[in-house]
Amino acid sequence: MATRRKSAASAGPSASASESELLAIYEDMVRQRRLEEALARAYGLGKIYGFCHLYIGQEAISAGTTAALQPDDIVVGAYRIHGQALSKGISAQEIVDELFGKATGCTGGVGGSMHLFDVDKGFWGGWGLVGQQVPMACGVAFAQRAQKTGKVVVTFMGDGAVQQGAIHESLNMAAIWNLPIVMVVENNHYGMGTAVDRISALNPIHQMAEAYGVAHEEVDGMDVLAMMDVMDRAVRRARETSRPSFIEARCSRFRGHSMSDPGKYRTKEELEAEKAQDPIPKLGAVLQERFGVAADRLEAIDRAAKDEMKQALARAEKAPWPAKEMIFKHIYASQPDA
Amino acid sequence: MPEMLFREALGRAMAEELAADERVFLIGEEVAQYDGAYKVSQGLLERFGPERIIDTPIAELGFVNLGVGAAMGGMRPIVEVMTFNFAILALDAIVNTAAKVRAMSAGQLSCPIVIRGAGGAGGALAAQHSQALESQYTHIPGLKVVCPSTAADAYGLLRSAIADPDPVVFIESEVLYRTKGEVPEAPYTLPLGKGDIKRPGTDVTIIAWSRQMHNLIEMAPALEEACAVSIELVDPRTLRPLDEELLFASVRKTHRVVIVEEGFRYNNVGAEISDRIQRSCFDDLDAPIERVSSLDVPMPYAPPLEAEVLPSQERIAAAIRAVTYQT
Repeated sequence: MATRRKSAASAGPSASASESELLAIYEDMVRQRRLEEALARAYGLGKIYGFCHLYIGQEAISAGTTAALQPDDIVVGAYRIHGQALSKGISAQEIVDELFGKATGCTGGVGGSMHLFDVDKGFWGGWGLVGQQVPMACGVAFAQRAQKTGKVVVTFMGDGAVQQGAIHESLNMAAIWNLPIVMVVENNHYGMGTAVDRISALNPIHQMAEAYGVAHEEVDGMDVLAMMDVMDRAVRRARETSRPSFIEARCSRFRGHSMSDPGKYRTKEELEAEKAQDPIPKLGAVLQERFGVAADRLEAIDRAAKDEMKQALARAEKAPWPAKEMIFKHIYASQPDA
Repeated sequence: MPEMLFREALGRAMAEELAADERVFLIGEEVAQYDGAYKVSQGLLERFGPERIIDTPIAELGFVNLGVGAAMGGMRPIVEVMTFNFAILALDAIVNTAAKVRAMSAGQLSCPIVIRGAGGAGGALAAQHSQALESQYTHIPGLKVVCPSTAADAYGLLRSAIADPDPVVFIESEVLYRTKGEVPEAPYTLPLGKGDIKRPGTDVTIIAWSRQMHNLIEMAPALEEACAVSIELVDPRTLRPLDEELLFASVRKTHRVVIVEEGFRYNNVGAEISDRIQRSCFDDLDAPIERVSSLDVPMPYAPPLEAEVLPSQERIAAAIRAVTYQT
C-alpha cells in the first residue's frame, strides 16, 4: 500500500510543464520571497505586532503544492503561512493589511499573521496550536468525502508538530476512513530551536505513516519540480482513490523560528550551506536551460514583485483599523451572548 | 403523556435530526455496533447505517477535532464523548478550535457541532470518572453549554443543539440516563438560552440544573416541610447563554437564593450566577446568596463518602435555613 519511492523530478508533470507554467511557479516563489522580506522590514519598523513566522526558504513547498491543486481544493495551514496563503491566491495586499491589523485584511484584522483565512480562495487558516490543524483538516476532508465534493484537502505541519499525539491519531483516522487528504510535513530540521534528531526517535519522519498503511514519501522541498511531482501523485491519490498521503518535504528556513529568534542553535556555515539550496535561483536555472528564458525576464518578475510589496506596505499603512464592533461580531451566529 | 427513559429521549432527538437532515452524523466511541456505552444511540446504526453512525478509535483529541473540521466543511456532527472526564483530552479541539472557528475566520467559517456525553458522578466511580465539568466550558466565549434535567428537556434541547449554527457542549448526567420522564409524543424543540420554572414557589429561589435539579424536584416537598418555606425551582437548562431574565424575575419575587451545583465550588457556574444576581438584583436580596456544591475534593470511591461529597438534602436544607435566617 505504502509507497516509499524517492521523488525524481522526471517522474511527473514537471518534465512536461510548459515555459509559461514554470514561469508562473517562478513568479509565485518570487512573490512569496519578496512579501516575506517586506514583512520583515515592516516588523522591524513596528508595523506588525505579535508573532511573525517567516517562510523564507520554503517557498518551493507551497508553490509546488498549489501547482498540483485545483483552485477550489482546500489548504489548511499551521502558523508559518504567509507564503502558503499568497500561493493559494490571497492577495499580497490583504495579507499585509491583515498583519498590520487593518480592517481590509483577509481576516478583517482579527486574525493577524497566524490566522489568515480566505475560504473563497480555498485557504482555511491559519492555526496556532502545534498540530491541532491536522485532525481538524481530517474532518474537513471527511466532509468533502461525505458530500462528494471531489475536493482534496492539503494540510501543512512542521517537523515539531509530528511528535504530537494528534498526528498519530490523524494518520490512523485518515487510513480507516479513507480521507482525501495530503498531510505535508515541512521538515526544516528545527522545531523552534530544537533540532529534529534530538527529539524524534524516527528518521526519516515519513516512515511513521508506514505503521498506519498511509502512503508516504520524502521529497526535496528545496526543489519545486520535485515538489510538483510528489504533490501531483498525492493529490491524485486523494482525488481518485480517496486515500491519504503523508509527505515529508525536507527544507530549510533561512530565517529564525519567529522574529525574536537569535538563531544560536545553528552555525553560520550550516545556514550558508542551506541558503546555497535556494529554490528560486534553482528554478531560474531550469528556465534558462530548458526554455532559454533570458535573465532580464526573470529580473523583471523580481522587480514587479518588489514593487507590488512596496505598494502593499504603503497602502496597508493608510488602511483603517477595524471598527470596535468587530470585537463581538463573529463570536456566535447571532449576538449578543448574555 | 407517554413516559420515556432520559437516554431514550436523547436517542429520539438524534434519530429525528438524522432523519431530517442528511448532514447530521453521529461519531464516537462505541456509538454504533455496541449501541452506545450508555445505550443512548441504541438502534441508530441499524436505521442510519455505518456512514452516519460511526465508531471511533479511543482518541478523543483526534475524533473531536475531526468533528470540528467536518462541521467547518458543511456537516452537522454529533460527537459523543463517553464521559466529559475523557473530553479533557479533547479540550484543544473544543476550546482552541471549535470555539474559535467563527471569530478567527472573521465569520467566513462556522462550526455547527454538538459535543455530547455523560457528566457528573455516576455512582462509586471515584475521582477520575465523577466530575461535573460544565464550568470548563461556560468560561469559553464561542461555546454554548446545555445541561438538561428531565427527559422532556433533554429531547427538545438536543434537537435545538443539533440544529444550532454554533458549537454546543451538551452534558448529560450519567445518573439521569436511566430515569424516566414524560415526553410529549408530538415532535417539538426547546430553545437554547431559555430556562424553566420546574416548581413555582414564593419564599426561596433554588437554581440548579442537570441531576441536581432532578433531585430537587423529588426532594422539594420534604424540604418545604422541613424548612417551612415555599420553594421555587428554577432550571436555567442552558448555562451559556444564561436566561438571566428568568432567574432575576424569580429573585425579585422571593428575595432569597440558593444555588445547587454538582461541580466543585471553586470558580464554578454558581459563582458566576451569584455575581450576576448581586449586581442586577442587589436591592431585591434579603439575604446573602448561598451556594451548595460538591466538596472541593477529588471524589472518593466508598459510597458513604461519595454521598458526603455530593450536595445533600441536609446541606441544601441548611442553605435554605441560612437565607431565611432560621437558626
